[in-house]
Formats: sequence, structure tokens, C-alpha cells
Amino acid sequence: MSVMKRVSMIFRAKANKALDRMEDPRETLDYSYQRQLEMLTKVRRGVADVATSRKRVELQMNQLQQEQGRRQEQAMKALGQGREDLAREALQRKAAVQTQLNELQGQYASLQAEEEKLTVASQRLQAKVDAFRTRKETIKATYTAAEAQTRINEAFSGISEEMGDVGMAIQRAEDKTAQMQARAGAIDELLASGALEDQVGGRTDDIQAELDRIGAGSDVELELAKMKGELAAGAPRQIEGSANGDANGAAGADRAGAAPAGGSQAQTQAQGPATTPAEPPRAGEDA
Amino acid sequence: MIVRILGEGQYRLDDAAAPELNRLDAELQAAVDRNDEAAFGAALHGLLAAVRSHGSLEPPDTLSPSELILPPEDASLTEVRKMLTDEGLIPG
Repeated sequence: MSVMKRVSMIFRAKANKALDRMEDPRETLDYSYQRQLEMLTKVRRGVADVATSRKRVELQMNQLQQEQGRRQEQAMKALGQGREDLAREALQRKAAVQTQLNELQGQYASLQAEEEKLTVASQRLQAKVDAFRTRKETIKATYTAAEAQTRINEAFSGISEEMGDVGMAIQRAEDKTAQMQARAGAIDELLASGALEDQVGGRTDDIQAELDRIGAGSDVELELAKMKGELAAGAPRQIEGSANGDANGAAGADRAGAAPAGGSQAQTQAQGPATTPAEPPRAGEDA
Repeated sequence: MIVRILGEGQYRLDDAAAPELNRLDAELQAAVDRNDEAAFGAALHGLLAAVRSHGSLEPPDTLSPSELILPPEDASLTEVRKMLTDEGLIPG
């Protein structure tokens, strides 16, 4: 038998099985409506779950992008220090991060698509549930159990088909999300272990450690060179003494200025609790 | 007749489209039987495209059951096999 006929039959069989369980066909209406409401809740939760996963992937993508930027900087720095070997290593790691980023981008798009599908599915189900509620009340009010049978069967088959469809969409979205969560977990672990995370001089990032080592060495050299330059340029001025003298004077004035400020603070503090005993020392200070 | 594409909605088609749909459906069935993933993808895509081009989307608030039900566009061969054996994919 053909694919479409078999799939349809399986759907119909499920609907019929549920219908057969009911003694009074009108009972089916209320029972089914309850299940529809549950399914609506389920599909909305599904949308929220997929959105959460998508946001997690987004966060990881940001982290990986930062990591890429850091590797790029390391490579530049290493090249600046004439360490092409180190720069190459940094760029290789940047490329590895790019591979992971590409994978995450694919996951992100896939989750986005699932979210969209489930959102549309929930809207469709909502429209059908609303229609069912109206139909249910009409059937209950107008028909006897026997008369209602055909009408109930039709409404029930229609809605149960939609429920099966939505249920399947939720299941598929859950499966996809679960797969991605496993992979996202692995990347989280990698980021947390410091293999990707910025750890200045950390155990895991040997490139950074090496750069820091070179960097510290060259900083000393730079400072020495600067001092030598200053000494050479500053020697005649020191003999003149004017610049240094002024600077010292200013610093002295600052220090002198700080003292009265502290003193007046002490005064206000002393003035607070006891006004009269504070009077004599203040007079002494003024004199 | 009404045809449902799972994950997409219901389409109303003229009965005149039936022979073409049956032919495409037979191709799909053959691909499933041969376990031929590439042919399966192409056949499913062709069948769904025919439904969309010959049919018009039913409003979402109709409660009519579909005469025919088709797998979703992105279904894999494995998924469709499961669907056909009545286990797993279609919940309760």
C-alpha cells in the first residue's frame, strides 16, 4: 500500500481507538476537549524549551567569537615579537574555534526553524480547538446521543488528526533539542575547563603563558630603554634644577594643604558630640 | 479531497489531481522499499510540491479529517519507516 494511505490509516486507527473507549459519544467531546487543552499547553512549553536551547547556543556563539578575537590578538602580538611559530599556533586554534562556530551556527538555524514550526503549529491547533469548542456546544445542545454520533465522529477525527500532527512536531523538536543539548554541554565543558576560556598565564593556555613571558621580558627592556633615554635627555635640566624644584614645591604645598583639611575634619568630628570641651584646643590651634 | 502535509497543514485538492499524486506516491513507496535515501528525498519533495501546487490551504479552523496524510518535508527515510509501522512517531 502507498505511503500516504498507510500514514492516513494509522492516524485514523488512533482516532477510532479513542472513540471506541467512550460509552456516550457526547462524553468524547468533553474528554477530547480536555486533551486538546493539554496539548496546547504542551506545544507552548515546547516552543519555550526550544527558545531556551536556542539562546544557549547563541551565548556559546558569543563566547566562541570572543575566543576567536583573543586568538587573533595573540597571533598579532606573537608576530610583533618575531615569534611566527607562536602566531601560527594561535591561528590554528582560531581556525579550530571557527569549526565549532560553524557547527553552532547550523544548530542555531535548525533550532530557529523548529521554534518557528512549533509556533505555527500551536496557532493552528488553537484555531482548531476554538472551532471544536463551538462545535461541541452545538452538538451537545441540539442532538441526542444517537444523532450526535456522526457529527462527533467527524469533529473528533479532524481534531485528533491535528493533535497527532502537533504531537509529532513536539516530539521531533524535543529530539533535535536533546541532540543539541548534548553537544552544547560538551562545548560548555570545554569553555569551563579553560581550554578555550581566557586564562592569563593559565595552565591550559600555553600560548598566552609564552606571550606573557616574552611580554614581561620585553616590558623590562622597554622600561630600561625609556629610563636611559630620560637620563640622557634630562641630565642638563637637572643641573638647572628649576623644573625639579618647582615640582617638589608643588608636592610640598599639596601635602601642606592636606594637613589642614584633615585637621578641620577632626574638628567637625569633635564638635559633634561635645561642644564646650572642644573650645579650648581649637583656640590653641588657632594661636 | 483534503490532503494533510504533517507539520504544515491541510490542503484542499480537486479529485482530478489524484492520478498524479498516486503516481508520485508510488515512486515514494518504491524508494522506501529500496531503502534509497536519495530517491526518497526527491520523491517526497516532488509529492509535497504537487500537493501544494494543485491545492489550496484549508483555513486552520476547519475540523474536517484528511483523506490522505503525508510525512513532513524534512522527514528522513528512517522516520517515515517508523511512521509506517505504527510505532513511535504518532503519539496516542
